[in-house]
Amino acid sequence: MNDGLETIDFSSFVRPAEQGRASMDLALDGVDCAACMDDIERTMAAVAGVVSARLNLTTYRLRLIWEADKTDASALINALAKGGYRAYPFEQSRVEQEETRRTQWLLKCLAVAGFASMNIMLLSVSVWSGNATDITPETRDFFHWLSALIALPAAAYAGQPFFRSALASMRAGKLNMDFPISLGILLALTMSVVETALHGQEAYFDSAVMLLLFLLAGRYLDQAMRKRTRAAAGNLAALKGEMAQRVGADGALVAVPVGVLKAGDQIFVRPGDRIPADGVILSGSSEIDTSLVTGETLRARVGSGAQVYAGSMNFDGALSVQVTAAGEGTMLDEVARLVEKAGEARSRYMRLADRAARVYAPIVHVTAASTLVFWLLMGAGAHHAIIIAISVLIITCPCALALAVPAVQVVAAGHLFRAGIFLNNADALERLAEIDTIVFDKTGTLTLPDPNVVNAWALEPDLLQRAARLALSSRHPLALAVSRLAVDVAPFDQVEEVTGAGVRALVDGVDLRLGSAEFCQAQTHQPSSPDVSLIYLRFGARQAAIEIRQSLRPDAVATMAGLRQRGFDLHILSGDRPEAVEPLAHQLAIAQADGGMTPAQKIAAIEALRAQGRKVLMVGDGINDAPALAAAYASLSPITAADLAQAQADAVFLSDRLAPVAHALDLARQSRALMRQNLWIAVIYNAFAVPLAIAGYVTPLIAAAAMSGSSIIVTLNALRMRGVAREASPERAANSASPFSLSAREHRA
Amino acid sequence: MNVLIYLVPIALALGITALFAFMWSLKNGQYEDSEGPAHRILSDEDVKK
Repeated sequence: MNDGLETIDFSSFVRPAEQGRASMDLALDGVDCAACMDDIERTMAAVAGVVSARLNLTTYRLRLIWEADKTDASALINALAKGGYRAYPFEQSRVEQEETRRTQWLLKCLAVAGFASMNIMLLSVSVWSGNATDITPETRDFFHWLSALIALPAAAYAGQPFFRSALASMRAGKLNMDFPISLGILLALTMSVVETALHGQEAYFDSAVMLLLFLLAGRYLDQAMRKRTRAAAGNLAALKGEMAQRVGADGALVAVPVGVLKAGDQIFVRPGDRIPADGVILSGSSEIDTSLVTGETLRARVGSGAQVYAGSMNFDGALSVQVTAAGEGTMLDEVARLVEKAGEARSRYMRLADRAARVYAPIVHVTAASTLVFWLLMGAGAHHAIIIAISVLIITCPCALALAVPAVQVVAAGHLFRAGIFLNNADALERLAEIDTIVFDKTGTLTLPDPNVVNAWALEPDLLQRAARLALSSRHPLALAVSRLAVDVAPFDQVEEVTGAGVRALVDGVDLRLGSAEFCQAQTHQPSSPDVSLIYLRFGARQAAIEIRQSLRPDAVATMAGLRQRGFDLHILSGDRPEAVEPLAHQLAIAQADGGMTPAQKIAAIEALRAQGRKVLMVGDGINDAPALAAAYASLSPITAADLAQAQADAVFLSDRLAPVAHALDLARQSRALMRQNLWIAVIYNAFAVPLAIAGYVTPLIAAAAMSGSSIIVTLNALRMRGVAREASPERAANSASPFSLSAREHRA
Repeated sequence: MNVLIYLVPIALALGITALFAFMWSLKNGQYEDSEGPAHRILSDEDVKK
């Protein structure tokens, strides 16, 4: 990435620690075995000044602490690079910090509920067996009071996640699942205290706390999975390692992480770099490739005064750019406005569990109330009637219902995670399962984001290999495409780069050149299609022209055929020219393909499909796709997508292939089926338990058995989910082995 | 049944000790990495020489 000569400013990531020390967190790439941990920690500990180096093998992050006056961040990162590990400074995003904090909080609640339920169960079992034999009323009361002593503070602490959420939902006017849960727990505790005070035989302390324990287990699993996904996404973002060359006050260039750029900063963009931030060109002119921004594959020439967007690839000239915030009237401003409007539609989606709760809560409460009235009319005492009514509330308390959805989600998210698909939204699975129409963006989604050599078959292999090895020494985007074909990845010695022309080296005493036609003294070659870029090669007397183009993802044709077979209606909406879209649509046999679409037109097209009653999945990567991603019923992005697009996507997939789209849809359908089954199991359980409770036969013992039984059944049912079928592909295998590593392609870029 | 008078407090005290031990380990960051320690135990690097 950097040649070690430039100064890199990591100061924004370094935190001061006590005793003149400094610390920094790094996201690491290239850690693929446990032995690496030892290696890394040993290497780093050997560097003078390092106080401690500790690698977290769960998140693949390294925390370094060093003496601030003995070494610095750049030196440490270089030391890691020498050991073969790419490291990038890393700062937890606020969202991730929030997730981490919440995970810990849930774990604490879980621990308290676990402690309380074990101890109370100890006392309860004694009471149950004592009731059947010869327990004295004094001992029973003593045990009940002890249970109350444990249960009340424990429930007050461990119940907070539910109580808070229930209160919030009450304030918002839409009752969620946490409302019946909280009500059930509070009533069970109140009744048990009253019963205990009246020297009653039965108390429900154990039921209330066990309910909390089961529900917290579900919440914690859900949260832990979300945190893990978030951590992986954070690492990937850091590992992109986007650096910007900022022009300092003294005119010197300093490399800074893109995240710290501010409006007004002046940056320098070298040929072959991606433009790191939105801005206006101050000086210089160049050809830029805006395919990540607009989907347009033809390069555009820009000069001073032109607006450029983050993600554009700078081809041949150096640019000086002033960073701007999204200004009025720029494309980005338009996109941001469209995204905001489009996102409203999705927020109206109601989760399956909430829909179930909306039906469920009133039924339960009405049943409990009518039970009370029924027993009063039957002439039972008020005390007896209230106890039976509350036992109805406890037995119906949606242990199984509340676990039904999260249990499936956790299992599904785990499968997706291993397949290299990261969920951004908890309800994404439910929405993905309902999809019937899929809209693809072309550039960067159906095609690979980086250009590839397309005529390799027509070139002599030895010539191509030499070209690829030579290309390793150049930063030009076209050379990068050629260099990906290199088998021997050791660059030639003494390579000379001629700016704006090409690279040359002396190989076996013969002059080898790669670059423009004049530079290589080659005859101009007629490209096979207008969006092909050419790079020429000369080796002694031999010459060749290499065609480079953004090519289809390797499995695009097969995946499209598979999706069509499963009944999905496929569309292409591209910002690229219609002439560029048409041949590709033909190749993929997609009839409905439109080119030249603006972001607003893409939204309009999706709205039109929705008006026909379709549920649309949008798959896209460009900034111009962001509004469409937000407007669609569900959305997916490849990991190479622009940040703005990724933020709108329900899930992000990490692969050069399109198969993850099909995997995500399959898994979503499977998990939806399981969620439904689980909800039905909960309903059937209630169909048996509620009449028993109404009839007054439910004792604390039966309640405990019924609750744990139904919870275990739904959890086991969720575990039935089959993962994504493992395919015999090295690339996929690599991805599933370590979801934290970038694919080989990204490494090079 | 007088035995309960000291058995029950002992049982509770043990439980609470375990709970505090857990809270301490959580605060101490022992749940942040669930993979690493399994491999770390095989390494001698942390032995101060």
